[in-house]
Amino acid sequence: MELIKPAIGLVFWMIVTFAIIFLILKKYAWKPILDMIKEREEGIEKALKSADDALETMRELKSSNEKILAEARAEKDIILKDARDTKDAIINEAKAKAKVEADRMVAQAREAIQTEKLAAITELKAQVATLSIDIAEKILKEQLSSEEKQKTLTSNLVKEVTLN
Amino acid sequence: MSYITSLLSKKTRVIALFIAIFSLSVFKSFAYEPTEDTTKKAEAHTESGKFDAGKLITEHIGDSYGWHMWGEGHNAVAIPLPVILYSDKGLDIFMSSGFHHGAEDVVAKNTYRLEENHIKVVENGVVNEEATEKLTDLSITKNVMSLLVSAFLLLWIFLSVAKSYKNRVGMAPKGLQSFIEPLIIFVRDDVAKTSIGPKYEKFMPYLLTVFFFIFVNNLMGLIPIFPGGANLTGNIAICAVLACFTLIIIFANSNAHYWRHIFAMPGVPAWVLIILTPIELLGVVLRPFVLMIRLFANITAGHIIALAFFSLIFIFGEMSTGAGLGVAVLSVAFTVFMGFMELLVAFLQAYVFTLLSAMYFGAAIEEGHHAHDEHHAHDHAQPEAQIDLV
Repeated sequence: MELIKPAIGLVFWMIVTFAIIFLILKKYAWKPILDMIKEREEGIEKALKSADDALETMRELKSSNEKILAEARAEKDIILKDARDTKDAIINEAKAKAKVEADRMVAQAREAIQTEKLAAITELKAQVATLSIDIAEKILKEQLSSEEKQKTLTSNLVKEVTLN
Repeated sequence: MSYITSLLSKKTRVIALFIAIFSLSVFKSFAYEPTEDTTKKAEAHTESGKFDAGKLITEHIGDSYGWHMWGEGHNAVAIPLPVILYSDKGLDIFMSSGFHHGAEDVVAKNTYRLEENHIKVVENGVVNEEATEKLTDLSITKNVMSLLVSAFLLLWIFLSVAKSYKNRVGMAPKGLQSFIEPLIIFVRDDVAKTSIGPKYEKFMPYLLTVFFFIFVNNLMGLIPIFPGGANLTGNIAICAVLACFTLIIIFANSNAHYWRHIFAMPGVPAWVLIILTPIELLGVVLRPFVLMIRLFANITAGHIIALAFFSLIFIFGEMSTGAGLGVAVLSVAFTVFMGFMELLVAFLQAYVFTLLSAMYFGAAIEEGHHAHDEHHAHDHAQPEAQIDLV
């Protein structure tokens, strides 16, 4: 029976002590501790969320970067293609021009050659004529050097001329 | 838990007894030499000099005016504690050492005598029972002293933890703080939030105070020597005050919905209410009463088991030294095992008391959802029923 009979003194001291512990701990321990824990949890949550947000931003940035890069690459390709085209065009034009020039020069050369040739032929002809005249002169001189010969020639020529 | 503990204790006692009898029969054959030494060693002898286990246990789990350290009778060493008595003749304050372990009467405004650990008023050399009844005893007994020590311990622990929270804002917990924080979060998340709901914050200071008060005092009770050793949480007065605080907080926070469910359970015919309302009303008082009994019985049972095992040593020691030594090995082994059980019980009972208090607070502030009333009754009944097994 002794065990289950609450002693009045202990009840009194328990009420006083427990109330004091409760009030002191409530004000100076539980409130700051719970506030701090809550604050820290919120801080951690916020940090995690901002990390997530940063990751999301990074991902967006990365994808936009990639897009820009792809665009740049495409642009580069276009520019390169354009450049190649321009180059080809320039080369082709140059080639065409060169060909035309070459043709022209060849034609000119050919013309010059022709002219030179003609001049040469003309001169040759003139020289040949001079030579022929000289030779003929010499031959004539030879053939008309003696009387006898002159007679022979005249006779031959007369023979040749047949009067019809 | 008390159920399991008592079951276990019965089993272990039977085994211990069996082994003890066996070892006795072995030792008796070649080590039976009853000496005066063995009887002198035993504590708490009755007048006839025989060892009385019941008396030893009752003394150890009960309260006393001095804090007994070692020795017995007139050679006992005890820490003297103040005795505060109030009677018609006025207030008397003196130290418990004045009794000289019951050998002398203390003469103040009354004459007091220490008899069987109780202070009696003596008139003309005879105990006056009528005057003793009127005595108001506010002495700083062993349990009150233990209460004060634990109060300082609690204040020291939690004020220093609170300080380290202030010094380390936003940083990870460190030292004592990192040991306490999981417990605080456990009480908050697993006890308060789940049982009370979104309004849990209001009840947190009380729940935390009760939890750590019971836990720390349970652990102190497991320490065999000063400043531990007092069976504080196994004292009915302490348990009763704690349960009363819970009841007061239930009443202070209960809403109309709570009382309607007690006086006029909605959806129940009037003639059933005649039976149901008294039962519900009884339940209001019975719940804290059961809280008190559960804590008291669990902690006291743990102390009784440990003391019973040690008593076995002296009971067999009186028969023969050998038997006493043989049983000592077993008793110590079982007490170590029970010590670990008690560590678990120390936490478990603190948890159960806090959880049930939180559930009663939750029920008191619950707003009506009449469509789900049946489900609610079911939801509440189940965890309570489970805990009642503990």
